[in-house]
Amino acid sequence: MKRIIARREAVLVVLLLAEMAAMQSLSPLFLTPDNLIEVVRQSAEIGLIALAMTLVIITAGIDLSVGSIVGLSVMTMGMLWEDARLPLALAVPFALVAGALLGGFNGTLITAVGIPPLIVTLATMAGFRGIALGMSQARSIRNFPEGFLWLGQGYVAGIPVQVWILAVTAVLFHLALTRTAWGRSVFSIGANEAAARLSGVPVNRVKMQVYMLSGFMSALAAVIYAAHVSVAKPDAGLGFELTAITAVVLGGTAVSGGEGGVLGTLIALLMVGFLRSGLTLARVPSEAQDMMVGLLLIIVVAIDRWSRRAGRE
Amino acid sequence: MTSERIPPTRFALWRQYGREMSVGVFLVLLVGYFGTTPGFLRADNLRDILINAAPLVIAACGMTMVIIAGMIDISAGSALAVCAVVAGVTSKSGASLPTVILLPMLTGAVIGAVNGWLVAGVRIPAIIVTLGMMSVLRGGVIWWTRGEWIGNLPPSFSAIGRGEVAGIPTPVLVAVGIVVATALLLARTPLGRHIYAVGGNPLAAARMGIPVRRVLWLVFVMHGALLGLSALVYASRFSVIQSNAGAGFELLAISAVVVGGVNIFGGQGTVWGSAIGGLLLQVISTGLIFRRVSEYWAPSVQGALVLLAVVADALRTRRARR
Repeated sequence: MKRIIARREAVLVVLLLAEMAAMQSLSPLFLTPDNLIEVVRQSAEIGLIALAMTLVIITAGIDLSVGSIVGLSVMTMGMLWEDARLPLALAVPFALVAGALLGGFNGTLITAVGIPPLIVTLATMAGFRGIALGMSQARSIRNFPEGFLWLGQGYVAGIPVQVWILAVTAVLFHLALTRTAWGRSVFSIGANEAAARLSGVPVNRVKMQVYMLSGFMSALAAVIYAAHVSVAKPDAGLGFELTAITAVVLGGTAVSGGEGGVLGTLIALLMVGFLRSGLTLARVPSEAQDMMVGLLLIIVVAIDRWSRRAGRE
Repeated sequence: MTSERIPPTRFALWRQYGREMSVGVFLVLLVGYFGTTPGFLRADNLRDILINAAPLVIAACGMTMVIIAGMIDISAGSALAVCAVVAGVTSKSGASLPTVILLPMLTGAVIGAVNGWLVAGVRIPAIIVTLGMMSVLRGGVIWWTRGEWIGNLPPSFSAIGRGEVAGIPTPVLVAVGIVVATALLLARTPLGRHIYAVGGNPLAAARMGIPVRRVLWLVFVMHGALLGLSALVYASRFSVIQSNAGAGFELLAISAVVVGGVNIFGGQGTVWGSAIGGLLLQVISTGLIFRRVSEYWAPSVQGALVLLAVVADALRTRRARR
């Protein structure tokens, strides 16, 4: 089992290197430290969401509302700061709590009422976005202080701040998933929920925590995104769910649940980021890039299915 | 109706269509509520609501089959845009009317066939296939049109969406026809029964000798063709076709189906419910405009409605199980 996952990640690394070589041949500007760091910086916000999405998908769930949680929590922060005159040092924690509560709302409907995650989060994807647009009347909030913008634009030891945040969170997620009883219960829920329940795993509580974590990470991504682009807008995070889910699935986490890991997600995130960056340098329009990312997702999953079937025969 | 059905009692109709009828009652109440706003109940406004609901209702018919079969399609909005552009380009090239009608449907059917092959043949989960196709098709259509609008559509094209037959607007007529046809297909044909069986329990369906994969593939093809028709009705009402047409349309179609009482786990529901659900969503969106509620709130209302419907269903089945 462990060997299969490790092999999958090795394949991803080889693919990533091949892709980087191909992109370098498209543009000599690709393999420069500045460009590589920039790609990682651009991927950091979605990366934070994709980390939590990995856990959600390992439990055989899905969270389509993450992009809307980004929009709603960033407006919560912005409006608390601008309208309620709260210092950002308070508004930011409020936004993070709001994100966790929104995730908790999803979790309650999924665990207590028993509605499938796809439908719950499809509905809250529309619902949360509507609240973000409605309460702000679609205005944007600007003029954040320098200290706040540092979160999204500053550097520590030559590496962007959000890349540090992503790296530290990724290590924490990896350890929690592979080294703790909690992580094992996340896997066991996805592999066989009924069996997990019978063997004493607090299924509902763990699922609730996973969705709250997803909401919290979306809010964290929202704060960093606002600092990165210097503006809080209610349509922030539009489509983030697609890129995040693409990274998770591309990274080898099975949508049927029970297997996967955050390492694969991170490698896949870089694959998508490098692909886009290389194609941009080669002047391929962004809509053609969207096409290729979609195709990449389908092709990689199709190859995975075929190889598994061949392995069984 | 054959003799093996439940014997008719006083409540037979309610027992069989109770969920659809309760959505219908909700729709009537809602029309009554918005009806207190001056102008809402005027004939031309009600007529506009029906015309505007037509593309959604047509697409919801296909989505009903997909969801009854236990599948999902979130690429529907992008597929709608592709079919709408195909319709516009074909019409501008001076093609004959049957070509202009058939080509978008054919395009939709081909997209559905690819989705269906990936789901039923390669066995990738429908959510992943259609998630990928969502960006492939949207990216493709923007690339193809270079993000520009398609204008200067010939009058014969607009005639499709703005015409009427015996005083009834063509889109409404088409939508009613499709609803009836889909309902008959689902209730009265072997294929229809197979779709319910596959969605209810795929393993049991396979044991009974139902060609599960072929049924799934056909469902996606039919759903695609209906999306093509929906795109034609949608596009021919406007004087331009935008490449971002149909963004979020998949959400609307799924909402209509879920609000209409189709079981999201598959195997249960009718197209009548989805049609009423589609109408309900259109009534709310028009009603909110009449009430001068800012359009920004509209997605929240839609999301809340879906949650209300599924929570009610979940509580109802839980009570029934006891």
